[in-house]
Amino acid sequence: MSRGDRAIVYRAGPASPATAGLLSAVCAGGGQLLNRQYAKGALFMAAYAAALIVAVPRIARALQGLVTLGDTPTRIVDGVLVRGDHSIFLLINGLLALFAGAALLMLHALNIADAYRHRAAAIADGGPAHPRRRSGDEAAAAPAPSATAPTNGSRHPAFAGRRSREGRVALLLLAPALLFVLFVSVVPMLFNVLIAFTNYSSPNHIPDRSLVSWTGLQTFSRLLSDRAWTSTFGGIFAWNVVWALLSTLVAYFGGLAVALLIEHRKVRFKKLWRTAFVLPWAFPSFIAILVFRVLFNGALGPVNGLLERMGLPGVPWLSDPTVAKLTVLLVHFWMSMPFLMALLSGILTTIPRDLYEAAEVDGAGGAAKFRRITMPHVLMATSPILIMQFASNFNNFNLIYLLTDGGPPNPNYYFAGSTDILLSWIYKITLEQNQFNMASAVSIVMFVVIALVSVLNYSRTHSFREKD
Amino acid sequence: MNRIRDHLVAAGLYALLAAIFAATVYPLVWVAGTALNPGDTLLISSMLPEHPTLRHFGRLLRETDFALWYRNTMFISVSNMLLSTLLVTVTAYAFSRLRFKGRQVGLMTLLVLQMFPGFLSIMAIFVLLLQTGLLNTHLGLILIYAGGSVSFGVWVMKGYFDTIPRSLEEAAIIDGAGRADVFFRILLPLSVPALTFVMLTAFIGPVMDFILPQIVLRSSDKMTLAQGLYGMVSDKMNSSFSLFAAGSVLTALPITVLYMFFQKYLIHGLAAGADKG
Repeated sequence: MSRGDRAIVYRAGPASPATAGLLSAVCAGGGQLLNRQYAKGALFMAAYAAALIVAVPRIARALQGLVTLGDTPTRIVDGVLVRGDHSIFLLINGLLALFAGAALLMLHALNIADAYRHRAAAIADGGPAHPRRRSGDEAAAAPAPSATAPTNGSRHPAFAGRRSREGRVALLLLAPALLFVLFVSVVPMLFNVLIAFTNYSSPNHIPDRSLVSWTGLQTFSRLLSDRAWTSTFGGIFAWNVVWALLSTLVAYFGGLAVALLIEHRKVRFKKLWRTAFVLPWAFPSFIAILVFRVLFNGALGPVNGLLERMGLPGVPWLSDPTVAKLTVLLVHFWMSMPFLMALLSGILTTIPRDLYEAAEVDGAGGAAKFRRITMPHVLMATSPILIMQFASNFNNFNLIYLLTDGGPPNPNYYFAGSTDILLSWIYKITLEQNQFNMASAVSIVMFVVIALVSVLNYSRTHSFREKD
Repeated sequence: MNRIRDHLVAAGLYALLAAIFAATVYPLVWVAGTALNPGDTLLISSMLPEHPTLRHFGRLLRETDFALWYRNTMFISVSNMLLSTLLVTVTAYAFSRLRFKGRQVGLMTLLVLQMFPGFLSIMAIFVLLLQTGLLNTHLGLILIYAGGSVSFGVWVMKGYFDTIPRSLEEAAIIDGAGRADVFFRILLPLSVPALTFVMLTAFIGPVMDFILPQIVLRSSDKMTLAQGLYGMVSDKMNSSFSLFAAGSVLTALPITVLYMFFQKYLIHGLAAGADKG
């Protein structure tokens, strides 16, 4: 060992990066003090103390609540109302506490990494373990441990290059959306999932008169083994799939047919027809649905009135199970065809004319041209839209609920009618029957289906194959 | 012989077009006719009333809370439009122009969330709003809409940003422009079509929605148009059809005009959302 080496070891101090990390692990800021980052160390210690005193006990209590879901219901003792535990609030609080706890742990890990990295950098520099000179604005921009280069993957602060700066900007820009998505989508979704593993349902387990408890997979086993539930779920699921498929295909090919009709060389005033036919798309859908609900009314409806005046019998548009299904399809066609027509019209005009001319030279007829040129071209351009329409029809709650209320009622079903889809059924068992756990179990099954379809769809589109 | 066949084909085509046209406008004409019809009955005999009157519009404004619903809906829609456009453009910019850890995972998550209908988690949203004191407030509803619009909007917007060549921005940066300059002076002006689409959908979404207001807004003074109009039709007494029709006309007219006016942006935006992602 040369003299120089020894000098370096001596000047860097005896502490290794691991020691600095360990110090910071025991008490945030400890490692930073060792690195002679006094202000930063003090700040971290203060934050650490505050977290230990304020946040940690609350989180611990909330987590305990999440495990037990409460043990005393609200009751009346000697004529006085005694507030007990509200299982559902405990559940939500516990969930939020999980996120808070995870965030705190992450901050702590960043603090440890920070101490370790500065120590290692100091040793590598061979100089005294001085903090890197920080410019004024950088120091000001780092008031809390969270700002200490969270996405910085480089080993040395001096290497913090373009990527880590971009990371910091990205975090700043994404933070609001992240919070929104967390509280509006992710937390509710997790809550929803958790409910499936409890007995949260009417009439015996509704807080705060009674408690809710964890029941494991019981809800799922009831959904899959109880005859009434199974047949309802199976029936609705089957109709839901058939409905999504039929409505999508009918509207798509209907739209294509009308677009082709307008494109026909004998048809004049193309623009006028197109504008007229696109009207239903521009008309607010919920109003259109409500109008159809009135139009197809069995006793008073104008459509049946019209039929009667022509000497024809009235049709049970919304009261016969089979007819009601057809009515729903019909109304959907009225509402969706225009958008597809407009879209497909645009695509039809992008097909190169010379393809058709070449085909004609080869003696192809109208049918062959359509099958070999038009159809492949259109399908290729619109297959993602087809899948997207399928997904949105699968969950077309508004149409079903506003048009038929899911009815006519089906006596073989649990709380559902013949045209109910899964989503409207879930709505009913949640808001009308308060069978929260069952609604949640059904929605989990549904989510899996939707997620599979959407991932299948988008993983093929080019956004995912982009190169950096 | 051929000429005759040609004429027959043409006649058939026009007959078909006429039939589609009739089916297309029948419900629309019916609503307008019922709204203008002096009586309270459903119009069966003739589509258009002989003595049109605006009586029902006056009754609608006097006897129901229609004006209040209208104001509520507009407030919610405009607020949501501003808030979600801000969220969406900023987020889409980060995803399109910055490279950071977790980018792919983030995009994938948004994608799956987009397919998840927001109100599947009604219970949780209900409890969350209740606990934060936002139940039965417009703010609560706006926050939920804004959060829900992020995923779809970001995909459309990011897809559009991706098509704008970076060389433009690099040139500006060489000329001394900052990140914010580039964003506001170059990227946004070039993204007007996508921006229009995102703003329009954020505006129209709350007008059309029925279910979320139904859950969040519990008192009648907070109701939106969709709730109010549904109440008129689902009413078992079936007494207020003409009021419903009048309300529908007042609601549908501006939206239909808006749609027809921005048709191009909307149809292309929807297509872009599907294939560019």
